[in-house]
Amino acid sequence: MKFAFTDEQRMLRDTSQAFLAAESSSAAVRTASTSEQTYDPELWQKICEDMYWQGILVPESCDGLGLGWVELAIVLEAAGERLLTAPLFAVAQSTVALKLCPQTDIRDALLSAIVGGDVISLAMSDQRSGWSSCGVTANDRSNTTLLSGTARFVPFGAAASKFLVVAADASGSQSVWVIDAAQEGVVTEHTPTMDQTRAMATVSLENVAVSVDQLLADDAASLVDKTLALSRILVVADQVGVAQASLDISVDYTKERSQFDRTIASFQAIKHKAADMMLKAESARSLLYYAACIADAWFAGEADDAALEEAACMASACASEAAFFNAGSGIQMHGGVGITEEYDIQLYFKRARATESFLGRPAEMREALACQLLDGGAS
Amino acid sequence: MKLSFTAADEQFREEVADWLNDNLQGEFAKVRYRGGPGDEHHFVDERKAWERKLAEGRWTCIGWPEEWGGRAASIEQQVIFHEEYARAGGPGRMGHIGDTLTGPTLLAFGSEAQKAKYLPPIRNGEAFWSQGYSEPGAGSDLAAIRTRAVFDEATGQWQITGQKVWTSLAHESDYVFVLARIDRESKRHHGLGFFLVALDQPGVTIRPITQLTGTAEFNEVYFDDAVCSADDIVGAPGDGWKVAMGLLGFERGVSTLGQQMLFQTELDEIVRIAKGNGASRDPDIRQRIAEAHIGLRTMRYNSMRMLSGGEDGSLSREAMIYKLYWSSWHRNLGKLAMDVLGPEAELVEEGPYELNKLQSLFLFTRADTIYGGTNQIQRNLIAERALGMPKEPRGSAK
Repeated sequence: MKFAFTDEQRMLRDTSQAFLAAESSSAAVRTASTSEQTYDPELWQKICEDMYWQGILVPESCDGLGLGWVELAIVLEAAGERLLTAPLFAVAQSTVALKLCPQTDIRDALLSAIVGGDVISLAMSDQRSGWSSCGVTANDRSNTTLLSGTARFVPFGAAASKFLVVAADASGSQSVWVIDAAQEGVVTEHTPTMDQTRAMATVSLENVAVSVDQLLADDAASLVDKTLALSRILVVADQVGVAQASLDISVDYTKERSQFDRTIASFQAIKHKAADMMLKAESARSLLYYAACIADAWFAGEADDAALEEAACMASACASEAAFFNAGSGIQMHGGVGITEEYDIQLYFKRARATESFLGRPAEMREALACQLLDGGAS
Repeated sequence: MKLSFTAADEQFREEVADWLNDNLQGEFAKVRYRGGPGDEHHFVDERKAWERKLAEGRWTCIGWPEEWGGRAASIEQQVIFHEEYARAGGPGRMGHIGDTLTGPTLLAFGSEAQKAKYLPPIRNGEAFWSQGYSEPGAGSDLAAIRTRAVFDEATGQWQITGQKVWTSLAHESDYVFVLARIDRESKRHHGLGFFLVALDQPGVTIRPITQLTGTAEFNEVYFDDAVCSADDIVGAPGDGWKVAMGLLGFERGVSTLGQQMLFQTELDEIVRIAKGNGASRDPDIRQRIAEAHIGLRTMRYNSMRMLSGGEDGSLSREAMIYKLYWSSWHRNLGKLAMDVLGPEAELVEEGPYELNKLQSLFLFTRADTIYGGTNQIQRNLIAERALGMPKEPRGSAK
């Protein structure tokens, strides 16, 4: 039993943090997140060429690094800490979905394309009735299938060259397709959001003709469920970073700010708040790395579906609340300047809010766990 | 990162489980799941006999070196022992203060004569210890100790005068270790001594403190010229604080997973009741049961990080949050139990005031966030030691 990073993992954490400290500064985040592209393509290129983070989960046979979930979590945690404004989550999520699709040449080519730096986003849900609600229909017309409908909250959709689209046929059976963003009938619209560091898009499809070459998976209900659970773990990593950074910058601020002839960090009202924040950040981190270990075990066939679902729900409920609590408390610790545009704590607060409801709120996660615990099965 | 134990450790687990299974039988069947916080007053004699049984099997003091009868068990093995002990329903350990506090203190700071005199009876389940730190005026502010120790040249003995409080199971113990002030003029953590004192002597009076549960496991201990020999001071006179604080360094959290096993038993019972009485359909109860489940699992992985931490024994960030986390969680669990039971929770079934397990849990968990460092003290420690925030200025605001 050694629930701690290996030397290699510690090194990955240190280099990730150092890289982002230099490249994803407050000024860089602000410039990228308000730019027309919604991110900095040069930084993304640097990440893809120098750091190779987009290839962490991709098997070596598809030019990736073939590493595991702990490594990916380490990098995404560092990204959350520095409010990285780049499509890293988007391609990680697509990588997860592709890994769950049956192995085909098309699938492997897409994984290789991700390693090459292509932005491929997952268009999964219209969010009408929860995150598993599919808004795209697939109609069979003799030799072709036509996709129509809408997917919302598609991460970095406006930057994507391709989409993985989940569609449902008349009987409700789901399938996964790859389409080109430039394909006829596809309209992608960047949807401005309160949190500007994680760009979202709405993808509308109108009779988009797809061939069997574009079909990645049939009978995909389980694939969608697993993609959701695994994606939640990716979000959790970001939230742990947000929770930690919110604590760190707020404590630093209170050590500098003086009132009543003392630094305000010396007041118990402040110290106790900070202690609660640390407890939440560390707890969320424990559940993150537990969930990462379970994700690895699940892919290796050593953990069952219920264990994966449980780990993802627990980590998501805990980390969502940790990030929001810490960022919100952080604003309070900053006092008046906490609500100004100039200070970074407001950026963490917005990212915490956005990720808290993305892919499921804490109360939904707890209800899913309650179903496991009290009703003898999944929700 | 690796969550599983090695094959050798799993074999050790099997050995522990088999032994406990074979021996928690017959005369010891009735002590299963008894004792422990809130239930310490039950089956005291039987639990002392159980300590001797454990000793026969070499299951006391397993972390001690072999030279003193221990197994020199690794951190992992100690964790496994505690887990299996809890899983088997092993009773609250009468010997745990001797095993985990007195023993390691003497091994680190004691003389050879002290070790020879005091370690074997602890190891053999024949001597039971209690802890004399807190005083009426020295709770959270432990360094405010006023109990005095004076060396009497005529008799060659230390004479101890003062009062200790919150001394668990003093009335069932043979010895107490006492932190007392040697130098009348000394302040705070200077000028203290760490003494080994027999409880069965004329100068010691023990008075139980009746708790809100109607039971008594804590005591006030009065010292009125109580004596111990010149050889019964651990470390040099004046080094008492160093010796006492050294104890904290021995706490590596090996018992945390076992503690969580007991918490799991309590949560399982609450879930069972909720399913039976329909509370499991209440949306608020569902959320809180899920939250309790998440909290317990969080504790497990916090502990595993803590146990996997630095070999130097330094207190890591995970270790610092542990007390605050479990005490708050456990207190909330007590309230959850009451809310799952609803109005039934009020009914005392055995007179005059014999509370059931969940009622005791609810009431006694209010102590969890106080003893061993209140939640407020824990937050101060976290803020000061882990986050580097300044100490509260000392002194008067009267």
